[in-house]
Amino acid sequence: MSGSLRTFISRLATIFWGRHRDDELDEELRSHLEMATELNERKGMDPETARRQARIQFGGIEQTKEAYRETRGLPAIETMLQDTRYGLRVLRRNPGFTTLAALCLTLGIGANAAVFSWAEGLLFRPYPLVAHQERLVALTGTSRGETDPTSLSWPDFLDLQRSCTLFDSFFVTKITGSALSVGDRAERTVGSIVSANYFDALGLHTILGRGFSPGEDSNRMAHPVAVISYQLWQGRFHGDPQVIGKTQRLNGVSHTIIGVAPEGFYGTFVGWAMQFWVPASMEEIFQAGGYKLEDRSARWIESYARLKPGVTLTQAQQEVSSVGRQLEADYPGTNRGRNFQLWPLWQTPFNNARTLLPTLQIMLAVVTFVLLIACANVGNLLLVRSFGRRHELTVRLAIGARRARLLKQLITEGLVLALLGALGGLAVAHWCQHVLVLLFPARSGVKMYLPGEIDWRVLALSASVCIVATLLFALVPAVQATNIDLAGALKSDSQGVVGNRRGWVRTGLVLVQVSLSFVLLVGAGLLMQSLKRIRTTSPGFETKGVLYTSVDLVSPGYDEQRAKAFDDELIDRVKAVPGVESATLARRVPLGNGTYSATTIAVDGYVPPPDEQPSVEYNEIGPDYFSTVGIALVSGREFTREDDEKAELVSIVNETMVARFWRGASPIGKRLQVKGRWTRVIGVAKDSKYSNVRELPQPFFYVPLRQNFSISTALEIRTLMRPASITVALARELHALDPQLAAYEVISMQEQLDRSTSAQLAAVTLVAILGGLALLLATVGLYAVISYGVSQSRRELGLRMALGADASELIRLVMSRVMALTVSGLLLGTGAALLLTRLLGNLLYKVGPRDPVVFGSAFAVMITTAILGCLLPAVRASKTDPIQALRNG
Amino acid sequence: MTPSMTPSKAEVLQGTLDMLVLKTLDTMGPVHGFGIAMRIQQVSEDLLRLNQGTLYPALLRLEQRGWVNSKWGVSQNNRKAKYYTLTRAGRKQLVKEAEDWSRMCSMINRVLGTS
Repeated sequence: MSGSLRTFISRLATIFWGRHRDDELDEELRSHLEMATELNERKGMDPETARRQARIQFGGIEQTKEAYRETRGLPAIETMLQDTRYGLRVLRRNPGFTTLAALCLTLGIGANAAVFSWAEGLLFRPYPLVAHQERLVALTGTSRGETDPTSLSWPDFLDLQRSCTLFDSFFVTKITGSALSVGDRAERTVGSIVSANYFDALGLHTILGRGFSPGEDSNRMAHPVAVISYQLWQGRFHGDPQVIGKTQRLNGVSHTIIGVAPEGFYGTFVGWAMQFWVPASMEEIFQAGGYKLEDRSARWIESYARLKPGVTLTQAQQEVSSVGRQLEADYPGTNRGRNFQLWPLWQTPFNNARTLLPTLQIMLAVVTFVLLIACANVGNLLLVRSFGRRHELTVRLAIGARRARLLKQLITEGLVLALLGALGGLAVAHWCQHVLVLLFPARSGVKMYLPGEIDWRVLALSASVCIVATLLFALVPAVQATNIDLAGALKSDSQGVVGNRRGWVRTGLVLVQVSLSFVLLVGAGLLMQSLKRIRTTSPGFETKGVLYTSVDLVSPGYDEQRAKAFDDELIDRVKAVPGVESATLARRVPLGNGTYSATTIAVDGYVPPPDEQPSVEYNEIGPDYFSTVGIALVSGREFTREDDEKAELVSIVNETMVARFWRGASPIGKRLQVKGRWTRVIGVAKDSKYSNVRELPQPFFYVPLRQNFSISTALEIRTLMRPASITVALARELHALDPQLAAYEVISMQEQLDRSTSAQLAAVTLVAILGGLALLLATVGLYAVISYGVSQSRRELGLRMALGADASELIRLVMSRVMALTVSGLLLGTGAALLLTRLLGNLLYKVGPRDPVVFGSAFAVMITTAILGCLLPAVRASKTDPIQALRNG
Repeated sequence: MTPSMTPSKAEVLQGTLDMLVLKTLDTMGPVHGFGIAMRIQQVSEDLLRLNQGTLYPALLRLEQRGWVNSKWGVSQNNRKAKYYTLTRAGRKQLVKEAEDWSRMCSMINRVLGTS
């Protein structure tokens, strides 16, 4: 051990055993003096002289003790402990103040800690148990002329894996829903299709059995094996240690369980907890579009890569881009205009990180505001309280305390307060860890998984917030409080006069609170407005009177032939249910999860720009789709039952597609190439929303389900009946058709629309809650300042009253002061809001960031709150007893 | 330090007290604080003005650095006293400080000699 460390530890130890060591020193010194006295006596001195001489030889006893103590301990820490103890005592003595201040700080720090923990758990280190997540990056494809990233094809992925040198590994994960049956119980689960190196690349080991072996992700349908999650193992297999080698059916296909993932590993898709993992060789069972592992044009996988240590994102990007250019040259037919892009984990475009990122960014701004407001509030409380302590501080300065020492003490007290707030705040954050998920509704019975993560980084960040907060709220009052004109203060009595400068600081703090609350209110208002607009904007299809559900035909093992027969029978039976106007099937329901089919298209007479392959999404739909879902046809006709396998291939395009590929001329009767086959356009449909409500009009087309068959479809029903009553009728009809079958949840298109806007709803809810809290804080602050002002100006009020002012005049006086303060705060806030609301950007929909209605309402709310906040002090002011006020004042 | 009242006596030079204490312990073996004070005065033939009180913070400092150990014991006169002993690290330190000291002295002598 080095000398200085040893010294430090020994000194630190004495802080705790100091008292004992004091006694020891006393005894040692006593024995020294006695020995010295004895010696002096032996030299012939009389006892009294002997003792005095001994003391003189010794030097100052108290100085020795003090020097000894200073050598022994750590004076800085001791002072701090002393201040802390004193601070705690002071706080205990004012329970009201302490509670209020600690609550404010709990709120401020807690809100921050909660958002930090969400950002950590969802964006920065979203995959617990995975080491070195800072080296993980997401990988997508790009396509010239398109802004959104695309998926990757399996052959492209293999080429990247082979050619890149700056990466430890590339691995694939593609989220998929599946019917999972163990024994005779089936349920909907979420799992991932992965490359065989998945667990190795993540550095994870199964707790039972094994992960995938190399090669299990190749050869079509050759490896029906699955690794299951810890929760699935516990839930469905009751933690059976013999589970390895058992089978479970996934979408009807039996898979052998080869491993159990460790507890706390939820896969690599932010938002959902994966229940199983299957190798890519089995993708056909879960994915539309058949066997895709050898098809370079089938882009369906999502992928991650792990950079080698020390490799930067830019270097890595250069490498994948050059591989992309090589592939473009080698395979122009499939890769023209395409390349790859890497993303830091928190910008991962294909999972909920992307939906949550803007929300969390806004939350971060909002909680910073809340913290500032809370600090301003506590600062104000401290300032008011410091007037009560002026006497104490003055006396201490007068008897020789240094100003720095007093400052240190006041700041330590602030730190104690902030620590209380931080402890409360962490409790709040802990409690809020799983709150986010409550704001997102369950889909198809599967709940989202959005955990916050409180690790040392979050703790460290919260601690720094705590320190910054202390400096914010404690420094100004402390400087103010210790800035005492000694002579003046001692002369006047302890009922101190409020100096102008101090008044300014308080006013400033209130202005900060009012203006920040206003900004928050405006933000909440704008978000609420856009949510309202989103929910009332027509998505281009009917939301009322249209229900949708789906029937799982894959799990019971229906083949194409049986499924077609079943579909026809089902539609006939559903249409026959009393109250049902029409019914149809489609591979995908608008605004649902999952992806539409997409294809590169060709149109007679349309020459795409060089290096660009027009790729358009489409839906496979049944007869009467447009009349059932309520999308108007601009011209031409719907598909009918006659548009089947034997008939001519047909398609219906939307208006945007007409404008782009036929330059507005009628496309009816023209040809459109879909997946290499020519179809004839027979109709034009109005534009509608396809994947989300906020998307811009985009080219889209429809083809008959019969000519592009898919076993899994969604059933749309036009009826005025409620979902619940349809559920009963549907169950009856299904049972009659095949007792094995069951429909998923029946929901209305309105519900579907609401679910698709849940991210907006979540943002609005959170901002509204925090905005409300901020408003409450600001009101408390306003109230505190006004009450204090009233109590301090009792003399003035009394004088006015004595000179004939009546109660209403006094109320008006107080009110006018409050209004002046509030309105100035609001003007500041308006300025700030005009600058800041643009940050809401993407979350705003059809609402300008400077919407006058929202600004006006926020203004009104603030003014009302201010009036309410100062009503009580104003009334109290009007009840001033002039005689008493003048006598005491 | 306050100006000396009896100029004939030398002050203990800043930083040399530790060395004196270590040397005393090295020569005498286990001894108490008073013993150390007596010994230093005796050896210096009473020419060194030692403020006995300053011994104790010094002893504590040496103990914190691990150069001396202390133990309560009983003196010849049957009095309870704290006895200090030199540790092995302390002995090493003493050798080092003594070397430093003589190097310093010879250097200063040289400077004085040439001026």
